[in-house]
Amino acid sequence: MKYFNLIWSSLWRKKTRAWLTLLSLICAFLLFGLLQALSVFFSAGADFVGASRLVVQSRVSFTESLPIRMLPEIEAMPGVKAVSHDQWFGGVWGENEQLFVFANDPERLRITYPEWKMSDAEWAAFKNTRTGVIAGRKAAEARGWKVGQKLPIKSNIFPKKDGSMAWEFDLVGIFDGIDESWQAQTLGLYINREYFAEANQFGSGFAGVFNVVLDDPQQANAVAQAIDAKFLNSPNETKTQSEKDFNKGFFAQIGDIGLIVSLILVAVFFTILILTGNTMAQAVRERIPELAVLKTLGFSNGTVTALVLIEALVLCAIGAIVGMLLASFAITGLAENVPQFFGSVRTNATVWFQAFLAMIGLALAVGLPPALKAGRVKIVDALAGR
Amino acid sequence: MTDTLISVKNVVKHYTRGKQRVEVLHNLSLEIPKGDFVALMGPSGSGKTTLLNLIGGLDQPTSGEITIGGKRIDGMNSGQLANWRASNVGFVFQFYNLLPVLTAERNVELPLLLTKMGGSERLKRANVALEIVGLKDRARHKPKELSGGQEQRVAIARALVSDPELLVCDEPTGDLDRKTADEILTLLQRLNREYGKTIVMVTHDPKAAEYAKRTVHLDKGTLQAQAA
Repeated sequence: MKYFNLIWSSLWRKKTRAWLTLLSLICAFLLFGLLQALSVFFSAGADFVGASRLVVQSRVSFTESLPIRMLPEIEAMPGVKAVSHDQWFGGVWGENEQLFVFANDPERLRITYPEWKMSDAEWAAFKNTRTGVIAGRKAAEARGWKVGQKLPIKSNIFPKKDGSMAWEFDLVGIFDGIDESWQAQTLGLYINREYFAEANQFGSGFAGVFNVVLDDPQQANAVAQAIDAKFLNSPNETKTQSEKDFNKGFFAQIGDIGLIVSLILVAVFFTILILTGNTMAQAVRERIPELAVLKTLGFSNGTVTALVLIEALVLCAIGAIVGMLLASFAITGLAENVPQFFGSVRTNATVWFQAFLAMIGLALAVGLPPALKAGRVKIVDALAGR
Repeated sequence: MTDTLISVKNVVKHYTRGKQRVEVLHNLSLEIPKGDFVALMGPSGSGKTTLLNLIGGLDQPTSGEITIGGKRIDGMNSGQLANWRASNVGFVFQFYNLLPVLTAERNVELPLLLTKMGGSERLKRANVALEIVGLKDRARHKPKELSGGQEQRVAIARALVSDPELLVCDEPTGDLDRKTADEILTLLQRLNREYGKTIVMVTHDPKAAEYAKRTVHLDKGTLQAQAA
């Protein structure tokens, strides 16, 4: 601690340069925190713990729809309480605003998703109105929608039988969530599957994915395996997983997220390494006469080496702590605002530990070469300006 | 008989610059008693600074013996020399060599960081040293806020703070005007007379040498006359 004042003062020798270096480190660790949290989330194995609902999708990809005829077969399986289906509609509002629109059966939706809260009258209207649509409270509030109004929604996947992509629905209900977590997820819309199946050009035989409500959450893994086993070697092999894992897969469709994240992090850290390493080396070069003075006063080679190395460590530690705290705030915000996808993403202890290792590695990589150079400074030559 | 503090015996020093071997000191011997104030004079390249660096333990002789305060320093490794310098020698340079990022007080404190002294004791001693050189009121100023003479006083305070017996000064007034140079030399003289510090000072300036008790002349790496 007695060297703190010396180290701290040396660190801020050139304030602008120190701030810029620190900002680049903060940015690097902010990215590290964000990307690594996502990487840990996407790299985690299948998790059925506490799953009361499963999602059955095509084994190939969830973009490959499963046929509706599978519904009674799944419904008849032991351990299955109820089944509904979700067909991604690909809705676009206005010019180019993406909506989360799914075609579903109103009665089955109500049974399989008791978390959605809506009046009986609105549920009945949804069931009885072929062109009916219900919207989540947040989705409706964001666009000022009122029950009774017509919603022109384009589909970027399904044309109507007349070839038009423009669909028109009647808003018959606005649903909310039963608790804070579900209320935060009221960003989607449901259209009546019956109307969708009749009116779209591709036919009525497909269902998208199936949502399976279980009799006993303890049996989630067994039921999932049973469903997949049942359709094994059929034209429609399935992949059954918890809702959480399915949501992960929604993003994983863009590629191997873990690999992408790792490549981005390597690129970021390599860039920061070069920038910070160069800055540290330059800072030491400028201070060689001062380091020689320290040695003249009796500071040993080892002490001078340690002082320069600790300087790099302090700089990297500040960057890492501030960057990781910002990442934590950002991840918390993301989890609160898009809980259906990022609800369980966290900058947890694993991510903090990885950041700690990255910080140590970075500090050694950028600090060790100039520190060793500082330790090797020859007093007589340095004082003579050689 | 006066106690000898510095004993230089048959010292040879040569440097290798590229493929060329340059012999700077040739079989030089010198004795300096405790409490002496010696001015080392001579033309550029005569070996003054090299001799000063050897006496201060900043460099090692190619051959010969250097004994300071009864201790042979010519055979010490760099770690041993660093420890020895920390407690036995104070250095004053031509261009002050203060750390620009530290205040005067913190600059003076630097040698004490190598001791086991506590923080408050270190700062107390640093302030006493600054008081001796007449700069206590500038303790919180950084070097760029001080004049050249004040910077050199801070450097002298730094050299004094660990209470070494020996002060080595390399052209301490070389960067100062006459009036300020006289003030610095008077201060060094006071340190020699009142505090008993042994001072070895390299200078080109005959007026500066007048403040010393005696002058040693070097030319081409050998000792010339010694004037009292």
